[in-house]
Amino acid sequence: MTTTPSKLQKMIAAGHLAVTSEVGPPRSADGQVIEHKAKMIKDYVDAINVTDNQTSVCRLCSLAACIRLKLMGLEPVLQMVTRDRNRIALQSDILGAASFGINNILCLTGDHQHFGDHPNCANVFDLDSTQLALTVRMMRDEGKLLGGHEFEVRPQMYIGAAANPFAGPNVEMRVARLAKKVAAGVQFVQTQCIYNMDTFKTFMKMSVDRGLTEKVAILAGITPMKNVGMARYMQKRVPGIDVPDEIVKRMGGVPKEKQAEEGINLAVEQIEELKGVPGIRGFHIMAIEWEEKVPEIVERVGLYPRPKLNGG
Amino acid sequence: MIKAVPKPLEEVIGRVQDFNKVLIAGCDGCVTVCEAGGLKEAKILASALRLYFTQAGKQAQVDDISLTRQCEKEYLAQLSDKIDGYDAVVSLACGCGVQYLAEMYDNKLIFPGVDTCFLGVNEERGLYSERCQACGRCILAETGGICPIARCSKRMLNGPCGGSEAGKCEINPEIPCGWQLIYERLKTLGQLDRFENPVEPKDWKSSRDGGPRKIVREDLRI
Repeated sequence: MTTTPSKLQKMIAAGHLAVTSEVGPPRSADGQVIEHKAKMIKDYVDAINVTDNQTSVCRLCSLAACIRLKLMGLEPVLQMVTRDRNRIALQSDILGAASFGINNILCLTGDHQHFGDHPNCANVFDLDSTQLALTVRMMRDEGKLLGGHEFEVRPQMYIGAAANPFAGPNVEMRVARLAKKVAAGVQFVQTQCIYNMDTFKTFMKMSVDRGLTEKVAILAGITPMKNVGMARYMQKRVPGIDVPDEIVKRMGGVPKEKQAEEGINLAVEQIEELKGVPGIRGFHIMAIEWEEKVPEIVERVGLYPRPKLNGG
Repeated sequence: MIKAVPKPLEEVIGRVQDFNKVLIAGCDGCVTVCEAGGLKEAKILASALRLYFTQAGKQAQVDDISLTRQCEKEYLAQLSDKIDGYDAVVSLACGCGVQYLAEMYDNKLIFPGVDTCFLGVNEERGLYSERCQACGRCILAETGGICPIARCSKRMLNGPCGGSEAGKCEINPEIPCGWQLIYERLKTLGQLDRFENPVEPKDWKSSRDGGPRKIVREDLRI
């Protein structure tokens, strides 16, 4: 496996359970929002994802936000979706990111624009997530663009992607799709938010049995629920998320003022349960507009302080 | 075949209300099959416009005709002795026919009477669905005979995405997930090994991205 200067890759290679989280850029030009959110979580995570116009809502760009994090001395993971940019723009942004020493990329296709604030726009989808991974690998390992141009200074990217064990039609196909991404050069995946532990464990077992976890580091996606309303919304309205009834019942079973705490308890229990699952190499904590809770979660599951890397 | 739907009557009225002599020109090709722009629809539209003019208290002549095909000059020539008698023509052909008609009679006002939608099939009468985006380089042999470009909302070549749920697309539960269909078909055909091989970026030159397209078949042009 290609070794890059990525601190995330080093943390995983050293055998530590990695912790990543994410910040969502604002719908304005206010860069301070990024700094503020990043400062809340920076000592508790190894790398910080920056979402790329998530749910197709136009926001301050992922690349600029990642550069800001890099200039703060932090380790960004550049999320890139193929919905909005063709192969020229994608490769150009990768070169630009690498020129600032950004060493992690998460290759995504992206939500359809139908969900967002510009449903009338044209989409691009020149590449898909798997092809973006192929492209980054070619740029990094061969020093070549898709158009054939060869260059000297290569982007040193640790290549990531998403995996969703819960989307259809079955876990077997979702493992096959992970295998396909691994074949395209993906080195780490961050999974969709996990609520159905049984399905997730089946996914992990099949991935281990196929030898995939020797080639790709799987970071389990954890999103704490704020209240029973969020649990219901995610169960009914968010495509590709599987929230079992007992989770909704549990959230609804405590008084309103205690639901946030219950959501954090649940996230902590999930991490504790998954720590021992073979193939799990860390956690990706997506506390949506709730970044301030990340430190508490990381502390409670005993993953704080973060290990120090030699020379880094 | 090409699928189209009739434009709203108000829109057509808005185009032709100031004219005295209007011809509605149907097409006996694809738009007849999807019942959007054949002779029957030309007659219905002409009647509706005549009713409009009568109610508006205006003397106007609205005639109808249907041409064998509006995408061929020899059939467009069927209008050559009549078209000068009209102020405007509403073509019920697809966008190709409308343009070819305008190209042939370049001094005449030609308005579209249908919205051209896609290349699709007749699932049932009045139920048409898209199957092909005419990308110019068919990959159906690789994908179990189901096209991901036409049938995946993100035209992914390595699908399905994480938004596929219970076999349906994330953008609309009425739309089947194209990649789930491909997966199931490859399984039926015993070709699931194809599914795990990453498909390289597509060459879109032969698609719309390469600019207006043209086919030159020298073997047919001798």
